Amino acid sequence: MTNFSLTNEWNNVLLKVKKWARINSPWLIHYNSGSCNGCDIEILATLTPRYDAERFGVKLQGSPRHADVLICTGPVTRQSRDRLLRIYEQMPDPKFVVAVGSCAISGGVFQGCYNVVGHIDEVIPVDAYVPGCPPRPEAIIDGLVKLLTAIQKGAPVEPPAITQLTEEIYDAA
Amino acid sequence: MTTIPMPTKEKFIVPIGPQHPALKEPGHFEFAVDGEIVTDATVRLGYVHRGIEKAAEARNWTQNLYLVERICGICSHIHALTYSLGVEKLAEVEVPRRAQAIRVLVAELERVHSHLLWFGVAAHEAGFDTLFMYSWRDRETIMDILEALTGNRVNYSANVLGGVKFDVSPEQCKVILTGIDFLEERTRHYLNVATSDSMFLQRTRGIGITRLRDAQRLGIVGPTARASGVIRDVRVDAPYAAYDEFPVQMVVETAGDLEARFVVRLKELFESFRLIREILANLPAGDLQVKRFPRKIKAGEVISRVEAPRGEVFYYIRSTGGEQPDRLKVRTPTLCNMASVLSLSIGHHLADVPMLLVGIDPCFSCNDRGVTISGNEGNGRWTWERLRQFGIDYYARKV
Repeated sequence: MTNFSLTNEWNNVLLKVKKWARINSPWLIHYNSGSCNGCDIEILATLTPRYDAERFGVKLQGSPRHADVLICTGPVTRQSRDRLLRIYEQMPDPKFVVAVGSCAISGGVFQGCYNVVGHIDEVIPVDAYVPGCPPRPEAIIDGLVKLLTAIQKGAPVEPPAITQLTEEIYDAA
Repeated sequence: MTTIPMPTKEKFIVPIGPQHPALKEPGHFEFAVDGEIVTDATVRLGYVHRGIEKAAEARNWTQNLYLVERICGICSHIHALTYSLGVEKLAEVEVPRRAQAIRVLVAELERVHSHLLWFGVAAHEAGFDTLFMYSWRDRETIMDILEALTGNRVNYSANVLGGVKFDVSPEQCKVILTGIDFLEERTRHYLNVATSDSMFLQRTRGIGITRLRDAQRLGIVGPTARASGVIRDVRVDAPYAAYDEFPVQMVVETAGDLEARFVVRLKELFESFRLIREILANLPAGDLQVKRFPRKIKAGEVISRVEAPRGEVFYYIRSTGGEQPDRLKVRTPTLCNMASVLSLSIGHHLADVPMLLVGIDPCFSCNDRGVTISGNEGNGRWTWERLRQFGIDYYARKV
């Protein structure tokens, strides 16, 4: 392995370029961890011509390994919890999570259901919340833009510490 | 160098999901393939199982209206409608005719939104993204109408127990009719595309043929069944709400392939447009809600059937005379149709499987209802008593 380091000056330039690229083309991945589909169809509507989120460089991706932003909908059910963690772990750093809908924020109407673990940030760290049942496409765009603005202003891009939950799962696997 | 002899019939399994680019909902499939051809298929459902039926037992009759609406975001009105029709039958309450007509109006508007949504997703699976974008653009017309009418784009909560929440004003009528005229013209175009575009037909014509006999054997419901020649539609067979006053013409095709499913759903749109116009022209006068709806429902049990965009929705509701239901059982169309995907995909190319899956218009959020619990007590069939005891013990341990 070759060891090379940049001078401070060049390193700063590189960071600036990275940030510029990150803000201008956030690729999304969407995971439904127990949602009723309401938020999911609104996320799709956000990408279609009326709302056209692609003008922000947003693109829906199929693979977690290509994505920067994870869009989560719904409460986390017992079956999908491991999968949600796995998708989160598969995403390259830096990664951001947007929780869309009341259920993703608080569990919504499904609070207390026997098969519901809880809301998204009980399982993975969340960067932006979009409330509503379901939120309008405008609200989802607003959430995304707020996230991008926060990144531009210098929100931490270092990945948060891996939760203990994840380690448990890897032990079990 | 030693050579390892290759087995002649190597089984190669392609796992798909639960997070996958094809659908927006989690479901795990495993397809065993021989080259390109699928030889075996299994499905693992239940990622979206939340336990709504159990939760319903802990909420009162009115709260449950909002809970069942969130069983499925695409056909939210249908679930609330089935539930309210059942509870009203149980409480022996006569709902005003105007309320019933408005319920049917919203149900048909929802069918239009759901079928256009499906058409877009199906076009996306076929690799025809332009059509997906066009149909979703046009779908926004119906979303605007629903929003103007009910105040929300997806979960309309139009129903209350004993009626509906809103009236339809003459101005709204005008807006709806303009929107419907535009959509009718677009739907004619889409029907033309779905039946004449040669690239599209290569993905649909002759693919996934379900014969009438198979459709009946597998218990397929809804437009999927009607595309195979099964003459069954709850709106016609057992008219509910105001469907006796505003009858629908059933759309049936006999080919049974994917093209027939496209044709049935698109032709159903014309029927919905006609019905919406008819309802708006002859909206019966009267109240929107009954004066008083009992807080406690007398003991008894009832079944309620409604034709959702995807097929028959079936509710079983039991009351013991309290403020909460004793049991709420939901049966939704996707689970009935799921078996057909597995049996159909065998013998087809792997590339056709997403189309076959989307051909039944799957909706996993209302599909995932069962849960298997494997414990030391051994697997097998659980009686109601045993399940109940398990629930009691589970919560006792938790507390």
